[in-house]
Amino acid sequence: MHPFTYTKAADMREALSAGRRGGRYIAGGTTLVDLMRETVERPGSLVDISTLPLREVTVTERGGLRIGALVSMAEAGAHPKVRALYPVICEALELSASAQLRNMATIGGNIMQRTRCTYFRDVTAACNKRDPGSGCAALQGYNRNHAILGTSDSCVATHPSDLAVALAALDSTVRLLGPDGERTLPLVDFLLKPGSTPNREQALRKGELITAVEIPALPRPLKSGYLKVRDRQSYEFALTSAAVALHVRGGVIREAKVAAGGVGTVPWKLPTVERHLIGERPSHRLWAEAAEHAADGAHPLTHNGFKAELLKRTVERRLRTVGGTA
Amino acid sequence: MVGGVVTGPPVHAAEDAVAAEVPPGSRVSLTVNGVRRTVTIDNRTSLLDLLREHFGLTGSKKGCNAGACGACTVLVDGRRVNSCLTLAVRLEGAEVTTIEGLAKGDRLHPLQQAFIDQDAFQCGFCTPGQIVSGVGCIQEGHTGSAEEIREWMSGNLCRCGCYVKIERAVEQAAGRK
Amino acid sequence: MSQPQAAVGAAVPRVDARLRVTGQAKYAADNSPDGVVHAVIVESSVGRGRVTGIDARAAEAQPGVLKVISHLNAPKLPPVEGRFPPGKPLRAFQDDRVRFFGQPVAVAVATTLEIAQHAASLMKVSYDAEISLTDLSVADAAGETQTYARGDADRALEAAAVRLESTYRTARNHHNPMEPAGIVARWDGDRLTVWEKTQWVQGTVFNLSGEFGMPPDRIRVISPFVGGAFGNAARTWVHSVIAAMAAREVERPVKLVLTRRQMYFAVGYRPAYEYGLRLGSDRRGRLTASTHDVRAESSRYETYSESVLVPGRMLYSTPNVRQAYDHVPLDVSTPWFMRGPGYSSGAYPVESAMDELAHELGVDPIELRLRNEPADDESSSLPFSTRRLRECYRAGAREFGWHRRNPKPRSTRDGDWLIGMGMAAGVYDTMRSQAQASVRLDADGTALVQSATSDMGPGTATSMSQVAADALGLTMRQVVFRLGDSLMPPAPVHAGSQTMASVGSAVQDGCDNLRKQAITLAVNDEGSPLYGADSADIVIRGGRLSLKDEPTRGETYRRLLARNERTHLEVLGSYAGPSGPEKFSLYAYAAIFAEVAVDARLGLVRVRRMLGAYDAARIVNPRLADSQAIGAMTGGIGQALLEHTVTDHRDGRIVNANLADYLVPTHADMPDLKAIFIDGQDYEADPIGVKGLGEVVIVGVAPAIANAVFNATGRRIRELPITAEALL
Repeated sequence: MHPFTYTKAADMREALSAGRRGGRYIAGGTTLVDLMRETVERPGSLVDISTLPLREVTVTERGGLRIGALVSMAEAGAHPKVRALYPVICEALELSASAQLRNMATIGGNIMQRTRCTYFRDVTAACNKRDPGSGCAALQGYNRNHAILGTSDSCVATHPSDLAVALAALDSTVRLLGPDGERTLPLVDFLLKPGSTPNREQALRKGELITAVEIPALPRPLKSGYLKVRDRQSYEFALTSAAVALHVRGGVIREAKVAAGGVGTVPWKLPTVERHLIGERPSHRLWAEAAEHAADGAHPLTHNGFKAELLKRTVERRLRTVGGTA
Repeated sequence: MVGGVVTGPPVHAAEDAVAAEVPPGSRVSLTVNGVRRTVTIDNRTSLLDLLREHFGLTGSKKGCNAGACGACTVLVDGRRVNSCLTLAVRLEGAEVTTIEGLAKGDRLHPLQQAFIDQDAFQCGFCTPGQIVSGVGCIQEGHTGSAEEIREWMSGNLCRCGCYVKIERAVEQAAGRK
Repeated sequence: MSQPQAAVGAAVPRVDARLRVTGQAKYAADNSPDGVVHAVIVESSVGRGRVTGIDARAAEAQPGVLKVISHLNAPKLPPVEGRFPPGKPLRAFQDDRVRFFGQPVAVAVATTLEIAQHAASLMKVSYDAEISLTDLSVADAAGETQTYARGDADRALEAAAVRLESTYRTARNHHNPMEPAGIVARWDGDRLTVWEKTQWVQGTVFNLSGEFGMPPDRIRVISPFVGGAFGNAARTWVHSVIAAMAAREVERPVKLVLTRRQMYFAVGYRPAYEYGLRLGSDRRGRLTASTHDVRAESSRYETYSESVLVPGRMLYSTPNVRQAYDHVPLDVSTPWFMRGPGYSSGAYPVESAMDELAHELGVDPIELRLRNEPADDESSSLPFSTRRLRECYRAGAREFGWHRRNPKPRSTRDGDWLIGMGMAAGVYDTMRSQAQASVRLDADGTALVQSATSDMGPGTATSMSQVAADALGLTMRQVVFRLGDSLMPPAPVHAGSQTMASVGSAVQDGCDNLRKQAITLAVNDEGSPLYGADSADIVIRGGRLSLKDEPTRGETYRRLLARNERTHLEVLGSYAGPSGPEKFSLYAYAAIFAEVAVDARLGLVRVRRMLGAYDAARIVNPRLADSQAIGAMTGGIGQALLEHTVTDHRDGRIVNANLADYLVPTHADMPDLKAIFIDGQDYEADPIGVKGLGEVVIVGVAPAIANAVFNATGRRIRELPITAEALL
């Protein structure tokens, strides 16, 4: 680990001022410390934001939910409002990492977490994300865990977050505060596809930090759920995952929110699947037909070709268990 | 570095601005197993290394140093965490409980006793982390069923394969509460 | 003169349990002698070639860095002879060659761990890289083929009524004990003390003595606790030499602990195999022939081999067998014994094929195996000492509910899950080696028993205390067993399931002799109530000697020693080990049963329950035996479904060298696991009648699961681990 200076921000102003001077924010630290130890991350100064007042979970005026950036994954997953309104978020959280890591890691940090790509994490390997221009060892290397959607010639690393998949499905937004003030971005615009600049992962400006994520109000009743497919039963990143939320009224699907994980360089929204569902009546056939589009546009690599089919089946399965067959 | 043959040094970007200077350190006061301690440490020191290399509390183990095995689990302010991923410098005022702090004198914590009763360990290396994690699991209330215990204990790997018995031990200790 | 058995056979708790649950057990890296400094290894980032330069300036400029050592400045070490495996063992910085990706090329030593780690990351190593070859599936074999044959297998196969032919592949697996390899080395003048994680303290003495060209009596190795090893601490690896070298160079005690990543390059692994298997049988399923063509990975600098062929040549009666074992030298580090070495890899193809044959013939898999039970060991023509495999099948099937299995694949469903049952046999040879143990009975009536053995998890101190307690006529509380110090009486490597047989026999010998000494003292002592009694009539219980038929006549060890003004009695017990050719075929056996659920749409396999029935002869402590057995099932589940060390063949880099990507089972992967032990003793094996347990318990687990997957899905998976993509 490279040496660094450390300051704990007493308030938001102090944090932003340190951030503007190039300080690196640290909250739960589970990704950052891990990557600092691998020397993938080499910040010269850390700004500890853990005591900032960003720990509230509140219902917004319009009936959505705002989760403070420093709410831990454990707290968010156990929060009665989150559980009542958006089971898909709780399921995604509780299927993530381990109990210990969920006690440490925060909602803001979870969205910011960096890929598990083995070549990214190995400083002796070529990686455009870590070291722009050095190449991508994963393209022709071992890429079973890599993305099939949203990839580029520069990078095929999977976004590792489960939570972000649930948030993306629900059209959530990210609230940011920076030296130039506050702004809000849709999550899907906040997280960037690699393109030719895989080193740039978020639409963050210098010194900006996440203050909250907001999940919009959705028509009720809303059934939702998260399915994570992986080799072992716990404590593993997803091979594929599906976040699904359905609003069914009068036997017809009026609203459908679907996103996929484990397959994209960013949490992968599935608008085609959603369009197939809206206006239809739940049935096994509908789930299968809609899920057939889950892997549209996929670019499989040497070792992850199975993910396209697995993704379709994952989406179908979650649609079926969430939507049932009326 | 793609392809077979490589020459030249491994890839490293320009760096080392702080090389050859004394690495930044900080003074931190924290309570470990009820004892207040104040130390000046290298900022890079993890809580795990602070416990092991500075305080001589070697019960917490380093299995992976990456948050992937749970052998280093301790309680910080009552919550179970991976001490390997916790920078000690951040713990000003924190209360830390390690495996060494669970027993009351000669009286073992009920979960420690349950580990003995159930033969819930073999080599014993992951055991401190398993026990501290189990204490957290019980406090969190995730002991409703064997399945729930298994899921909520999955952050602690055991390579000897004592899982079945660890689950029973957690169940035993939870029942006593 | 037989002693009552009170401790042996009882499910007593571990004697060192309290130390282990309170964090007081000291593993190698827990030691910090005064003035200790830290060493961090820099490993090669190419798979083959030469180191052309090492720029250590930035590292050396760090305050606190004491020294950087590489082949450029390392002291020259005397030549050493490799014993096993044959070849030239890896040395500590003695040349510029890179033999495999991840080979140590330098070490940074600094006053703190943080500084040493940082210094290591600042080292700039340049290479003249060569193309490395690490892919078993494309590389050629070299060297001598190991062969075995009886009868004419190829001809018999041609004539066979039923023939099966398949190639099976098993992935490279890493031991991944929870404790990383670690060592603390301290020099006091020309004497070296090391606290090392090792399964063999005296092996480390021997090897360090050779590496540094110094007499073994100047080296002491201490290792009272081993945090799991499964074989990988049964060799003195180069990092231990590096630590001792560094300590001598900086004249401070040095602590060196491998990172988890380095564990994938530095301490061996279960090699990958390609196993071509042909079986021939008659219509009733009686085997007539089999051929076994095995290719195994090894390094270029050493030729490693293990007993992968044994199950295929002795488990079933087969008149015609031909076997060939080829080494494929690659630019990799050398493989090493991992739990059930050879046998666990060889049982997978053999037991899968037996299941396939049973299915082809419409015969129950257990019935098929019974039809092929040999009368004696056809590979050695020796009679079996004991072989209770039939009993294992019978008891296991009953306990597991095997009769509920529908032999037709894909016939049992539970929602989205297909349910299947499978079984397999396991076998492992009974090893024994010479060993000694010192036994000392003190005036206070307690005994101290010591041997330089080890405990990587089975509970050595506990089981040895049980043997000692019974033989001495003491309670468990009155006996202390110590291990893990090279100054203690010699013991063989704590591996190969030989510790109980070897050290246990030495302990029993010593304790028997000490007991006899005490009895002799009593019957010749006019002051003793036992004066003049026949030694053969005396038993000792709870530290009290008495006449078997007149229990009130007797006295305690304490009184006996006090009256005779003896501070203690002391004896060196020994066990000579096998001498000359074996007269019996000595093996432990297992029958493993598994029930799996397969979500065929999502490619998921979950083991729902497992049961193992074992013939390991005498079980010294059923509680510990149970833990070992279910622990090995857990390891076997990993082998079957999860574990796969992946190499990027472009440069030999291991790409999943961490515990998040190399998957071992978690709590959540655990089903209901059960072990049963067939009663028995085997005194042909050793004086205490055990056949060894720690290895056999993993053999057969993976094929039982694979066979259950077939029963569930109708898919015969011929490659381990069984992954989602294989099932989709």
